Amino acid sequence: MNLQNIKQQWFGNIKGDVLSGIVVALALIPEAIAFSIIAGVDPMVGLYASFCIAVVISFVGGRPGMISGATGAMALLMVTLVADHGLQYLFAATVLTGILQILFGVFKLAAVMKFVPRSVMVGFVNALAILIFTSQLQHFEGESWVMYALVALTLAIIYLFPRITKAIPSTLVAIIIVTAVAIFGDFGIRTVGDLGNLTQQLPVFLIPSIPFSLETLMIIFPYSLALAIVGLLESLLTANIVDDMTDTESDKNKESRGQGIANVVTGFFGGMAGCAMIGQSVINVKSGGNGRLSSLVAGVFLMFLIIALGGVVVQIPMAALAGVMIMVSIGTFDWSSLRNIHKLPRTDAAVMLITVITVVATHDLSKGVLAGVLLSMVFFAAKISKVKVHEIVALQGAKKVYKIEGQIFFASVNDLLDKIDFNDDVKQVEVDLSNAHLWDDSAIGALDKIEMKFEQNDTEVVYTGLNEESKHLKKRIGGLSKASGH
Amino acid sequence: MFKNILLATDGSEHSVRSADHAIQLAENFDGRIEVVYVVDGQTSKQDVLHNTDKYELEQNRRAKVQGVKEVLERSNVEYQINILHGEPGPTIVDHTNSGNFDCVVIGSRGLNNLQTMILGSVSHKVAKRVECPVLIVK
Repeated sequence: MNLQNIKQQWFGNIKGDVLSGIVVALALIPEAIAFSIIAGVDPMVGLYASFCIAVVISFVGGRPGMISGATGAMALLMVTLVADHGLQYLFAATVLTGILQILFGVFKLAAVMKFVPRSVMVGFVNALAILIFTSQLQHFEGESWVMYALVALTLAIIYLFPRITKAIPSTLVAIIIVTAVAIFGDFGIRTVGDLGNLTQQLPVFLIPSIPFSLETLMIIFPYSLALAIVGLLESLLTANIVDDMTDTESDKNKESRGQGIANVVTGFFGGMAGCAMIGQSVINVKSGGNGRLSSLVAGVFLMFLIIALGGVVVQIPMAALAGVMIMVSIGTFDWSSLRNIHKLPRTDAAVMLITVITVVATHDLSKGVLAGVLLSMVFFAAKISKVKVHEIVALQGAKKVYKIEGQIFFASVNDLLDKIDFNDDVKQVEVDLSNAHLWDDSAIGALDKIEMKFEQNDTEVVYTGLNEESKHLKKRIGGLSKASGH
Repeated sequence: MFKNILLATDGSEHSVRSADHAIQLAENFDGRIEVVYVVDGQTSKQDVLHNTDKYELEQNRRAKVQGVKEVLERSNVEYQINILHGEPGPTIVDHTNSGNFDCVVIGSRGLNNLQTMILGSVSHKVAKRVECPVLIVK
C-alpha cells in the first residue's frame, strides 16, 4: 500500500472521524461495562478491551471506519471459563484467540466464510440478540417496581430522544438522566459499583499468571477456538456491512490478522477478547466516520472518560444498563427474518431455527454455527442427490438405454440403483451419462454394481457420454470395488 | 421549466404511483428523470445478512426498483437509476441541492403515527430542506 493511500485512510476525513469517534466512545462505555458483567468480570476488563482493541485495530485493521471492542457474542462464550478457572485464564485464552485469528488471516481463511450460509448468519445474529436479552433478566430478580420503571424510562429516552437531536447519542442521555434520577431518588437499587470494581488508571502490560503447561492449553484451547471463529464471523459480517454502507472495498484477510493482533495485545493488557461490533460500526458511519482515525479517537476518548469520570460511572444503576442492553438486543435481532419466514424455502427456515435453538440451549454461538452449517450441508446433499433416470427401449426390445441426469455421489447412488430394473430380459444395456457427473468412489462403485448385476443375467453393459473428469475418475478407481475385477 | 426531475423511491407500491406523476411532469416539460433509491444503515445490515455476495445483493436491490423502472420503461422519458447510501432524508436533500434539479417528486409514505413519531417523515424533511420545488404525492 502506498503512502498516499495510508494518508487518505487516516486523514481523509478528519472532522467527520473525530466527531463520530467521540460519539462512538460515549456509546461504547455502557456496552463495554454491560458485556463485562455478562462475562462475569470487573467492568475494567471490558473497558480495557474496548480501548486496546479500538486503538490497535485502527492501525492494523483491514476495514477503515469499522469499530471493534468488547462484544456480547464474545462475552457469552467466556462465561464458563471465567466461572470455572478465573480471570487469568481468560487473559491467556484471549491471547491464544488472537494467535489463532492471526493464523486464519495469514493462511487466507477469510474465504472459508462462504461455507457459512446466510440462514446460519441470520440465526447467529438472532440467537445473539436473544442471549443478550435473556442475560439481562437476572438483573430484574428480586427488584421492586422502581427497577421496571427506570428500565422503561431508559428505553423511552433512547427511542424518543433522537426526535429532538441526533447530535448526542440517546443512550448517553438516557444513562445520564436515569443515573441522576437514581442518585437523587435514593431508591437503593443496584449500581455498576455493586457488581465490580472500576479503577481509574491506564491498562498495564502483564503476563497472565497461569501455569504454562499442556493442561492449561487443553483448558483454554476450546474456548479460544470458539472465540476466534465467532469473532471472525462477526467481524467479517460487520466488514461487509461497512463495505456496503460506504460503497467501498476492504481487505478481509488483513482484517482477520488485525483482529488477531488486537486480541493478543488486549490479552496482555488485562482485557477480554473482542471483535467488530455491528451496532457501533453502523453508528460510526452514520455519524460521518469512515477513516482509521475514527476508531483511534473512539478508543482514546473512551479511556480518557473513564479516567476522568470513573467515580460517576460506578453510580450508573443497573436499570439504565439493562435498558441499553435491551435496546442493543432489539437492534441486533433481524426482524425481517421473522416477517419473511413464511416466504423462505423451508430448509432455510429450518437451518435458521436450528441455529437459534442450539445457541439458546448451549449458550454457545460457535455450536449453533456448527449445527447450522452441518444441517445445511445435509439439506444441500439431499437436494442435489436427486437423480433422474429415463428409460428408452431400442432394437425391438433387445436393448435398453438409461439416460441418467444428475450428480452421482455417495448420497445419490442408492436413488440411482433403485431406478434401474435389473431383472429386465434384454441383450444389451446402455447407460448414458452425458448429463451426469461422477464425484467419488461411491459413484464408481455404483457403476461397477450395475455392470455386475446385469452380468449375472448375461446382459452386456456399456457406459456412454462420460465427461472428461468422470472418465478420469472411473479410470483411476474403476474396478477396484468390484470383487471379480476386470 | 421542469427539465431535471429527481424521483425519490423506496421501492414500495406507493412510490410507483409517484413515478406516474414524475413521468407526466417530464412529458409536459420535455424533461428527464433521475430515480434515487437510498439504502440506510439498517437496510444495509439486512441486505448484507440476507444475500450471499455482492453480486446477488446488487441484483436484489435492482429488483426493488423494478416496479418504478417498468413504469419508466413504458414511457418515452429519458431516465437513469441511482442507488445512494445514507439516511434517506439528508441524502436526498444533499443529492438534490448539489445537483442541478428543477423538481423533486416524492411519495408521502403510509407510516402509522408511532413510526412517524420515531422515524419522522422523509418527505417532510425533504420538502423543508431542498432548494427546488417539491411534489409530494399523496
